[in-house]
Amino acid sequence: MRKVAIVGTGHTPFTFATEKTSVELFSEAAMDAINEATLKPKDIQALYLGNCLGDFSEGQAMLQSYAADDIGAFYIPATRFEGACASSSLAVRDAFIWVASGYYDAVLVGGVERAASMGTSLATRTFAMFTDSHYEYPSGLTFPGMFAMLAHLYSKKYGVPLEKLKEQMAQVSVQSHHYGVFNPKAQFQKEISVEKVLSGFMVTTPLQLLDCCPFSDGAAAVVLVSEEKAKEITDKPVYITGIGQASSGRLSAQKDYLPRLKAREVSAKQAYDLAGVSPSDIDICELHDCFSIASLIAAESLGFFEFGHAGEAWENGETRIGGKIPINISGGLKSKGHPIGATGASQVVEIYHQLRGECGERQVEGARTGLTDTLGGDGVICTLIMEKGW
Amino acid sequence: MEYKLTFKDYGNALTRGKLLGLKCKSCGKITVPPKMTCQECGGTDLDIVELSKHGKIVTFTVVNVAPEGRQNEVPYIIALVRLDEGPWIMGNLIDIEPARATMNLINKEVNIGSRIFPGDKFSPGDQARPVFSFA
Repeated sequence: MRKVAIVGTGHTPFTFATEKTSVELFSEAAMDAINEATLKPKDIQALYLGNCLGDFSEGQAMLQSYAADDIGAFYIPATRFEGACASSSLAVRDAFIWVASGYYDAVLVGGVERAASMGTSLATRTFAMFTDSHYEYPSGLTFPGMFAMLAHLYSKKYGVPLEKLKEQMAQVSVQSHHYGVFNPKAQFQKEISVEKVLSGFMVTTPLQLLDCCPFSDGAAAVVLVSEEKAKEITDKPVYITGIGQASSGRLSAQKDYLPRLKAREVSAKQAYDLAGVSPSDIDICELHDCFSIASLIAAESLGFFEFGHAGEAWENGETRIGGKIPINISGGLKSKGHPIGATGASQVVEIYHQLRGECGERQVEGARTGLTDTLGGDGVICTLIMEKGW
Repeated sequence: MEYKLTFKDYGNALTRGKLLGLKCKSCGKITVPPKMTCQECGGTDLDIVELSKHGKIVTFTVVNVAPEGRQNEVPYIIALVRLDEGPWIMGNLIDIEPARATMNLINKEVNIGSRIFPGDKFSPGDQARPVFSFA
């Protein structure tokens, strides 16, 4: 297996409803990534594109083909990845495998979504398609509803009183908004307080408005190349050294393992094993904080904290810059935004810039190894580990 | 390999007041809602069995923001219930005002009935959904 490097990135602002089309958004991110890699579209041998809901947001399926054509990467194989909110992480993982195998030397990977453009009602309906449509959606299951049930379960299982847990969850949102201030691409660039989180509209008990990430529009892209090609392009390549992916059944089928998601633990182990590192080696992490409670659940299963204790870590600042493991310094899904098909690629872009020391006021000094964790629906998980290559 | 207990047959039975599951001849565990294989061991030798329609609430939420087409249903309670036979199923708790739903619901015993979700333009027609009332 060959080493695979990231040598270029592109990232549109993540925003509320935009007038740009999905192709336009993705092409902007893609061209930035190709230019940063000092390549031309004709050098790109394949496109791996994450997109979930183009069919619903603008009546556009098969986006990948038009996206490749739009940037002038004519007639290349272009493949769409649909893994709910993990779509573009799955795309990065597959792209990695194809470059590592020697089949391709340079590929473009990314994702795009116009979730905000759909409006809350249609977005809530279509996001609910990432649950079991036959056996669970009839009950009115929504995506926040799923994590709301996990929050109550978490409180009961670990003996953290709900009121206490709610305060810890609020700290997650407060931290994300704090760092979002320093991310010019973030949808929200303003501080919030615990009081504000706890006084927000109740979306689905116990999750209030600021426990939930927003609906967002945006795109992100990266260029992956072989080690040999990377050396021609840059002195500062970032290598993908660990990959993992796993899936599971409907929420109720996961029963007694909940609120942990076993697929995450399976996926993370694959990535740690391939990279030959452990949780204590990770200097920075971007994890899937679609809801505040989701951050606690993810951080525990990734091995950063004991089960039932991640909330204390957020309270104590262990997840901030200078803490044990800086988490979601980009602002995370909560503050940076969550255009679902683009989210995984966006996380990778953040880690890339952190490892290269390019994050300005939100830079984690000396970061050498980073991890991304992306969750799709109630059971698609992808883990990626990246390391500084110089 | 033919599907032993389809979505349609499971739903029809639930509508008639019977909760069906699949008992694995290899490990003895029950799978419900139905699947091609046993949820525990992946076994394929399964018998259709009728379940007790009784269990305990393990978690819940009161939904105030509905998907498109279901705004007239809010607020409503979704619960996960652990059946006496072991599996968990999702349904709606109908026996309590949503405003009164608290953590005290967890571990409450419930009986299982059903209602019909008529579906929307994206759904595969009528769907039976479990509903829970206090035992």
